[in-house]
Amino acid sequence: MEIPYTVSTRPDTGLWNAKVGIWLFLASEVMLFGGLFSAYIFLRLDAPPGMWPHGLLNVPVGTMNTAILILSSVTVVLAWAALKMRRYRAYWWYMLATISCGVIFLTVKLAYEWPQKFEHFGAYIKPEALGKYEQYLGNKHAAEKDLPPRLEITGHLHNRAALNDPNIKEYEVALDPLNADPTNPAMDRPHFFPLPVTDKIAKIEKEDVERATMFLPTHSAYFASYFTITGLHGMHVLGGVLVFIYMWLPVSKKLYQRNPEHLANRVEVAGLFWHFVDLIWIFVFPLFYLL
Amino acid sequence: MDAATSLETHPHAAEHEHHELGWWRKYIFSTDHKVIGIQYGFTGLIFLFFGFSLMMLMRWQLAYPGQALPEIGKFLPHIFGPNTMPDGKMTPDFYNSLGAMHGTIMVFLGIVPLAFAAFGNFVVPLQIGAPDMAFPKVNMASYWAVFVGGIVMLTSFFVPGGAAKSGWTSYVPLAAVADTGPGHLPIFNGQTLWLIGFIFLITSSLLGAINFIATIIQLRAKGLTWMRLPFFVWAQFVTAFLLLLAFPPLEAGIIMQLMDRVAATSFFMPAGLVVNGAAMQISGGGSPLLWQHLFWFLAHPEVYVLILPGMGIVAEILANNSRKPLWGYKSLVFSVLTIGFLSFIVWAHHMWLTGMGSAVSAFFQTTTLIISIPSVIILSAFFISLWGGSIRFTVPMLFATAFLPMFGIGGLTGIPLAFNSADLYLHDTYYVIAHFHYIVAPGTIFALFAGIYYWFPKATGRKMNNFWGKVHFWPTLICMNVIFLPMFLQGMLGMHRRWYDGGQGWTLSGEHVWGLTGFQWNTPISWAAWIMGLAQIPFIINFFWSIKHGKKVNDNPWEATTLEWTAPSPPPHGNFITAPIAYRGPYEYSLPGRDRDYTMQNEPVEPSERVRRKTAEPVLV
Ligand code: HEM
Ligand SMILES: [Cu+2]
Repeated sequence: MEIPYTVSTRPDTGLWNAKVGIWLFLASEVMLFGGLFSAYIFLRLDAPPGMWPHGLLNVPVGTMNTAILILSSVTVVLAWAALKMRRYRAYWWYMLATISCGVIFLTVKLAYEWPQKFEHFGAYIKPEALGKYEQYLGNKHAAEKDLPPRLEITGHLHNRAALNDPNIKEYEVALDPLNADPTNPAMDRPHFFPLPVTDKIAKIEKEDVERATMFLPTHSAYFASYFTITGLHGMHVLGGVLVFIYMWLPVSKKLYQRNPEHLANRVEVAGLFWHFVDLIWIFVFPLFYLL
Repeated sequence: MDAATSLETHPHAAEHEHHELGWWRKYIFSTDHKVIGIQYGFTGLIFLFFGFSLMMLMRWQLAYPGQALPEIGKFLPHIFGPNTMPDGKMTPDFYNSLGAMHGTIMVFLGIVPLAFAAFGNFVVPLQIGAPDMAFPKVNMASYWAVFVGGIVMLTSFFVPGGAAKSGWTSYVPLAAVADTGPGHLPIFNGQTLWLIGFIFLITSSLLGAINFIATIIQLRAKGLTWMRLPFFVWAQFVTAFLLLLAFPPLEAGIIMQLMDRVAATSFFMPAGLVVNGAAMQISGGGSPLLWQHLFWFLAHPEVYVLILPGMGIVAEILANNSRKPLWGYKSLVFSVLTIGFLSFIVWAHHMWLTGMGSAVSAFFQTTTLIISIPSVIILSAFFISLWGGSIRFTVPMLFATAFLPMFGIGGLTGIPLAFNSADLYLHDTYYVIAHFHYIVAPGTIFALFAGIYYWFPKATGRKMNNFWGKVHFWPTLICMNVIFLPMFLQGMLGMHRRWYDGGQGWTLSGEHVWGLTGFQWNTPISWAAWIMGLAQIPFIINFFWSIKHGKKVNDNPWEATTLEWTAPSPPPHGNFITAPIAYRGPYEYSLPGRDRDYTMQNEPVEPSERVRRKTAEPVLV
């Protein structure tokens, strides 16, 4: 006996095997990201006032990446439809478009967004020293406006050596606009277009600092979740791209010539996965970039 | 001739290819569900024995704390390293490693591979009349994932500092700081390898679960409607859903704990943590409770993963050996579905001590009590199935009947734990150990033995020896009870489950129960454990001996009804010569008016039969 319903549908379920398989897989993926998002909620609700940063990510770039992923979800459907109509050339082009979207997304993430974060610096000030740095923090202003307290000074670290060298007693930081002008009402909310780092330099004594790091996963529960979730999401994008590349290469043309429906099924399954990856991003984007 | 036309003209071309597979593809990197099932079976059995051996070592330390282990104790440091048992005396760290790895290995590398994957793989496709699993390559991948996971877990014994030592639950922050600091390597340390190994085990279970569900939905034989599925298939179906949906959140937790260890994040680390007198250089802001939630969100469903396949096996064997239909088939099916659903909303009953507030606590107490109802229904239906049967006490049946009271004890002793007022006292004592071991050890493991004796003839065409089967059964049954029954007493005396000295240094241990103090009970328990180890020798010998020399039997030696017994023994690649068709339910034993007392699922319903049985279902062909 041969395994049935690999390509054709089983009459009573109306499905072929891989379609059942991919939906089950996606169910487990929902639980995986569901676990991570629950952790996000848990940690965020637990965070003391002022300990959950806002406005540190680049919203326009994130928006562009969102658009790119949505576009790729459209092109993959078009690729599938082209196969169903047995138009291989159109399929080939749509697939190429999908793959390119995935690659652009990953490149933006890995070559631009993440490294930019790694270059950014933040120092949490000890509670007893907050007053000393009021000119950078503007906590009085924040309290008046009912904003969460500001505990961290961020910007570009000029003396990188200070991170590891105990003989250097202070950090020299080119301040972010918020810390450069903390009482300016324009700084009360994050901006859609991120403002560049100012040329105002602050000297922060290490003694007054509770913890100072670059924007790495160790920086805070916020960046820990950000890097973990976007990293895992990125791995899913990469997986999808690799599968698409396989389906786009000449090997798959052979399958097309032998059994076009089989290839169409494969593209459908991969496409479902791709939509899911897209959907996850639709959650990631507001949770980390906007809220 | 190109590939396309050759496929069309020779519909069996692919099959012919299979016959020419080399030895490696046929027996090692096989995609045949039966071979994979057997691979899983051997892997599971080996790990079960290994995990049990770890426990036999711990039992020495509990019975004779601080004393040198004779003979073996001299030899072990050569394997596990000089810091494990200097002069044959077990160090606390090594004791903790043994405990954590015993739990991990038994649950995730012993029972799950054996109960779910091995029996599921070998039996389910045969029982539903399918040629193989829906995704044979995925099936192979899932086996190799568990294999790699197992190797990683084993490797962790040999890295500096030894294997993971924070319990099978790996509670943070204990687990997060364990195996770090001087004398430990960055990745190659016990706890980190535990996490990495775990990711492989989870991957394996997820792939397996997808495959099982898809197979059961898509590849059922013609006429095999849902209500004609053997109960074992239902049990595996629900089990697969538990794995599919409960494991990913733990995977998320594992990834986060891994990040805490390798990227110095603080998912589970609160601010201001001081370890060994030094403040930790971390951001804080994490939550240890988060880990417990993620862990138990898996680990409660997991306990049903451990028991449901066992229940399925027992159901098959009870019906077969009582020569009666299973009593209350439909209630069994709905109970198992109910258990599957409810098991997702009881997890916090493992966390009463965390003080989650009375409302949350009331919710979880209620759900926990409700979930015991379907369990009781299943057990009652099994008992009633025996009523009035003409019972054959075959070896599988001995194990299956012993399962019933053992599972009963385990389940009933769970009820006091379900009330947080009682559990505040019993939590983390030997009472809890006894509770769940009654379910998984004389419960599930007996079901697994029953299944091995029962389906052995299908896999090999030979029966295992009856006499040696009984020699295996009776001492194992007695030892199991000598081991676990006194643990209830110890627990009620307040003995903590993780004490390294067996409670010797503990003041209240002077109290006597049945003539022994809580501490003194350790000695008979340990001896029973070691004797039980010896009692497995007849099984091991019987098992290997019977593969070559067991009594040759026909395709249906137990005179059973389900479809796997219509296939040749051992079934060839593709299982059935022609696609089977099911005409009736799974347990048509002792139908009136037949000369045989069993009617197989593929025997068409005769017109006379339909008149006689007014309830005859419409025949779906
Ligand atoms: C039938 C009704 C059951 C009830 C009401 C019940 C209740 C409980 C409760 C409340 C605990 C937590 C005790 C504590 O840590 O203080 C517990 C522990 C446990 N139960 Fe059950 N249980 C039941 C059935 C099962 C079944 C079927 C299994 C399957 C194998 C099982 C396996 C376990 C395990 C492994 C633990 C201990 C986990 C650990 O702390 O390491 N239980 N049970
Ligand atoms: Cu539980």
